[in-house]
Order: sequence, then C-alpha cells, then structure tokens
Amino acid sequence: MRDMRSSNAYRDKARIALNKPPAIGDDIDIDAYASSDEAVAYRDDPTELPTDIKEQMLDAGVVVDDLSHRSGTFIQMDNAPVHSSTSQEGIEVMALNQALDKYDWMSDYWWRVVSVDTDKYTANVELNQNSGYFIRALPGCKSIYPVQACLYLDKSRLAQNAHNVVIAEEGSELHIINGCVSGSGEEPGLHLGVSEIYIKRGAKVTFTMIHNWNSEVEVRPRTAVIVEEDGLFLSNYVLMKPVHSLQMYPSARCVGENATVRFNSVIVATPGSSLDVGSRVILDGKGDRAEIISRAISTGGSVITRGYIEGNAPEVKGHMECLGLILKGEGAIHAIPELKGTLSGIDLSHEAAVGKIKEEEVEYLMSRGLTRSEATATIVRGFLNVDIEGLPPMLSAEVSRAVESSGEDFM
Amino acid sequence: MLIPTPSVGIWVSVTNFGGYMDMLEIKGLSVAVEGKEILKDVSLHIADGETHALFGPNGSGKTTLLMAIMGFPKYKVTRGKIVFGGRDITRASLDERARLGIGMSFQRPPVVRGVKTRDMVSAAMGNIAGSVTIDELAEKADMTEFLDREINYGFSGGEIKRSELMQLLAQKPELTLLDEPESGVDLVNIALIGRLINELLEKDYPMRGRRCMGLVITHTGHILNYINASTGYVMLDGEVSCKGDPHEILASIRKNGYAQCVTCLTENK
Ligand SMILES: Nc1ncnc2c1ncn2[C@@H]1O[C@H](COP(=O)(O)OP(=O)(O)O)[C@@H](O)[C@H]1O
Ligand SMILES: [Mg+2]
Repeated sequence: MRDMRSSNAYRDKARIALNKPPAIGDDIDIDAYASSDEAVAYRDDPTELPTDIKEQMLDAGVVVDDLSHRSGTFIQMDNAPVHSSTSQEGIEVMALNQALDKYDWMSDYWWRVVSVDTDKYTANVELNQNSGYFIRALPGCKSIYPVQACLYLDKSRLAQNAHNVVIAEEGSELHIINGCVSGSGEEPGLHLGVSEIYIKRGAKVTFTMIHNWNSEVEVRPRTAVIVEEDGLFLSNYVLMKPVHSLQMYPSARCVGENATVRFNSVIVATPGSSLDVGSRVILDGKGDRAEIISRAISTGGSVITRGYIEGNAPEVKGHMECLGLILKGEGAIHAIPELKGTLSGIDLSHEAAVGKIKEEEVEYLMSRGLTRSEATATIVRGFLNVDIEGLPPMLSAEVSRAVESSGEDFM
Repeated sequence: MLIPTPSVGIWVSVTNFGGYMDMLEIKGLSVAVEGKEILKDVSLHIADGETHALFGPNGSGKTTLLMAIMGFPKYKVTRGKIVFGGRDITRASLDERARLGIGMSFQRPPVVRGVKTRDMVSAAMGNIAGSVTIDELAEKADMTEFLDREINYGFSGGEIKRSELMQLLAQKPELTLLDEPESGVDLVNIALIGRLINELLEKDYPMRGRRCMGLVITHTGHILNYINASTGYVMLDGEVSCKGDPHEILASIRKNGYAQCVTCLTENK
C-alpha cells in the first residue's frame, strides 16, 4: 500500500488546502516550524528512556517502567516512532507506517472521517506524513488493560505531525490512554495530530487524552469518529497544564442505531493560555445517545468551550453541560452550546453556566467547619472531578491523579 | 397563658441553670442585612440540654436570627452580643463557630455542582475520628443512594432535610439550629426527620460531658411532637414578642393566628 501514501488524489487536495485557514482559531504560520523526520533511536525496552522524560510521560498517564498493566504501548518522539509493543492477543499496536505496509485495506480508513483538505493543518499532515500510531482490536477482543500512546515533542521549533488510526472491530473493546507531552524547557513547538477512529458494530472505545504541553506550544488536533450500531465512544480529555494555544473540535458521528457517544473534558486555562475546545456529535441512527460534559476553569487564560449535538433520527437523545469557573485574574470563559434537531420526537437539551465560585456555596461548606480556603479547594476539586460513566477504574484513577497533581497550584 | 417578655431579656431568671458555661445567650441583638435592620434588640437564652422553638409569620426574621447566630457574613450584628459556652462569639467567623460546636440545618441550602453529599458529610465530620462511618450515617438518614450525588442537585424537599440532618449528625454540634426542618416533608418522612432531630438534640456526648441545645424554627409546629422543646418564642417584625410554653404558644397561634401576639407586643411596649 505504499502507493496510497503517495496517492496523488490526497496529495493534490492537500496541496490546494495548504494555505487554507482553519475554520476556528488562530492561523498559525507552519513555515516557522521545522518539519524534521530525523530518526530517534528505537527502543525495544522503553525503560531505557531517560528518567526525566519518563516522569513527564507518567504525568500524562503513560507508564513506561512497568508495562504489566498495559495491553499495548506506542511511543513517538518528535516525528519518529520509538517503541511499540502489545501484550495481548487480538490487540494491535504499531507505527502507522507499519500498518500501511501490512494491510492493503488501509485505504478504507485513510482520510475517511477527517477530510484531508479540512484546513492547512490536515493538509500539512498529509504532505509531511511521517508518523502516528495504529491501534486495532480484533473482532470480539477486549483490552484487559489500557493501550497507551505517547506523543512526545522534544525539539524546539519543531512541527510534530501525527496521523493516527484506531479501529475497534465488531464487538471489541479498546481502552486507550493517549498522553501528549512536550519537553521540559519552555520551547516553542507545533503539534498537528489527525486521529481517525472507527468503531464497528457493538464495539466500545474509551479514549482518554491527557495533554501536558508548555506555555510556548501550539496544538491543533483534528479528530473524527464514526460509531456504528450499538457502538460506544467515550472521550475523556484533560488539560491542566499551560499551553500557548490549543484549538480542537473533535466530531463523532453515529451512523447506526442505538449508538452512544460521550465527551467529557476538563480544562484549565492558566495565564497566557488560549483554549478553544469543543465536542460535536451527530446522531443519525434511531435511538442514538449523546452526552457532552465540559468543565472549564480559568486562572487567567481565555477559554471557548463549544458543544454541538445534532439529532437526525427518531428517538435520539442528547444532553450537554458546559460549566465554566473563573477563579482569578483576567480570565474569560465563553460557552457556546448548540443544538440542532431535524425531526420531531427527539430530545436534545443543554445547560451552561459561567461564573466565579458563588459565595453562598463557599459559606455553606464553611458552616460545616471548613475554612474559606478549604471550602474553595473542595468546590474546585469537585468541579474538576467529573464522574465518567463507563470508564474503567484504572483510567478514572489516572484522570483523578492528573487533575489532583496539577490542580494543587490553584486549589 | 403566654408570658410576655420585655424586649430587654429576663434571661437570667430561666430555670435549669446548671451549665452556665454551656449555654447560648443572646443579649440585645440587632442585625442588619444589606444595610437594612431586620432584627431589633433580640434577647434569648438557652441553657445546657434545652431545646427552644421559634414561631413567627413569614418574613418576621426567624431565619435571620439563625443565620446571625451561625455567623453568616451578610448578617451584620449592629448591636448586642452572642455568647456561646461563656465565650463572646459576636465577632467570630462562620467556620470558627462551626468548629466551636454550632451547626445549622438550612431551609434552602445551595446546590454545589461537583461536590458530593459524601464530601459534605466528610467535611462536617472534620478531623475527629468518629465512632460512626459516613455510610452508617447515610443508612440512618435513608440517604445511602445520595452519597455519591452532587449535593442538593435535584433533591426533593424531604431529601434536602434528611441530607442536612445527616450532615449535622456527622458534625455533632452542641448547639443545633434548625430552620423549618419539617417544611416540604411528607407524612411518611416526618417521623424519620423527627427521629434524626431527636438523636441530634437528645443524645449525650460523654466526650465533653455536655448535653445538646437546640433552636428550632417551626411554622407548622409538627416537629414539636417529636422533640422535647421547653420554651417557645414568637418573633414579629424582627422582635421577640412572646416567650412561654411552646405547646401553649402553638395552640394560641392555631386558634388566633399571630393577631394575639401582636396585641401582646403592643401591650408590652
Ligand atoms: N439575604 C437577605 N437579603 C435581603 N433581605 C433579606 C435577606 N434575608 C432576609 N431578608 C429580609 O429580612 C426579613 C426577614 O426575613 P427572614 O429572616 O427570612 O424571615 P422568616 O425566616 O421569619 O420568614 C424579610 O423582610 C426579608 O426580606
Ligand atoms: Mg425563614
């Protein structure tokens, strides 16, 4: 399938879109970043990675020292795959290039849910295609432990391009934890990640993404998901650390009946961070369900939270909850929830609230004996600790850990 | 007979005066909310082990009195003082008062998104390792399935009351302030609410060798069937107009409304 990578159709489209500004968010000058595909040493044993790097990965939920509680692992540094392995029959984890070599049907999963000409970022990923991961669960196979993937941005002024493909075959179950990390220095960088996620009939995917960038990095993921009949997609996004700017609006489309999509996101905008994070769900099958829960905090940065649920089939149901808390400083939160129904008999609703912590709530906790700062911390912690229905306990614990450890700064 | 109380309290003559150090004294208290004076010259006294009941029409200032005793910042004491356990707490902060042993059940507590009922019970327990667990308390208050729900979010009237009482049982206050604990509670639940309050108010705390005090706002008086209140007051327009046997006061209010209380107050001016 080498030919697909140089397939003129995609390349031509990409070339035309190379200067196409994004629909939302700042128009980044990609030329300001190098697009290196320099090799980084491949490690059969990832424990050999430097300790400081492993610690940063750990903060993003990626455990390198002990793989016994992971069904598979993929690590990429800059634009080079550094490690991939699996420990469970029926779970496949490999660098995307390997998958392209191995499977001639990859064209069925290539730019199928994300369009190559969406904007300059997707175009750039196509034209400078050199990395990304492939994760697949064979029919009926259920991952016992999470499969982890780490995209590590190391070099200064580099553009990291990743094209990821996830396939959950019929009746399978995949729990993925995806940690994105940048190196310890406050170095500028650009992360462009295209993720195409295919969930077949009756399959279930939980996708937990923890981002630990730094205050100079620009981040533009482009993610889309297709969910067939009785399938489930549960996305769970955590951003507690600074980032210069981040814009993403992942989109899931339910094409079969009785499919379910849940997006949870917990984001914190520190001073200087500019975040624009949305979740979009299209319900095209009878009885499909969607839930979007977004919790945003500003400690000085700016946040736009978007949500969109569209119901196009009978008996679909969707609910969206966008809550924003401005803790201090010049922070701003803009919640944009949108609903669209094209039929009668559908049930879509939303709830949005933005504000600071209510004095009445703090006093309620104080009347039980907590000091003002304890009461405030309890409210903030509660606000960020969203219960994620359907997430395995091990991943819930990872999310809580990421929230708690980074939240200490302002709780 | 109702015994009219002069507005400057005759609190020193109250019986059962054994535990002076443990009581609540309110002397000539005036309270303003947002610059508007709501309470005028209120005095009352609750001795160790006693529970008192507070009656009065809507808007007369009953909740304001409880909020001021609890120490909510919005309720500004403009005159008088509050002494609890021999200590002047008029300037003590809300959380200090809670830690000193004052607890309150709210009529309409706020929803706090993300904070679980369990977190509230745990906060109320403080650092003292109690003899009961959160789950045991929840079972007692029939709140087990609410522990992991966000506090007060979508709770019915009765569920709010049970949740409030469960938190107070965890807090074990020496002085319990109850704001209409029976309002919005159906007949099935009222017995349970009564039992919980009874446990809060009647139980000895051998640890400190003290007995609990209570001040209960009741609109309907139903709760008097479950607790042993020794004294009642009627509050009218921010003033305590009557003091006497709570059952007699209730009977009179039921018969004559608050009209007679108004007469009482006028006669005593
Ligand atoms: N938080 C508040 N802000 C403004 N006015 C208040 C507030 N609390 C009470 N009041 C006013 O104080 C008066 C007494 O109210 P309240 O103590 O709630 O009476 P009760 O509990 O007896 O019904 C009312 O006139 C009410 O409008
Ligand atoms: Mg009231």
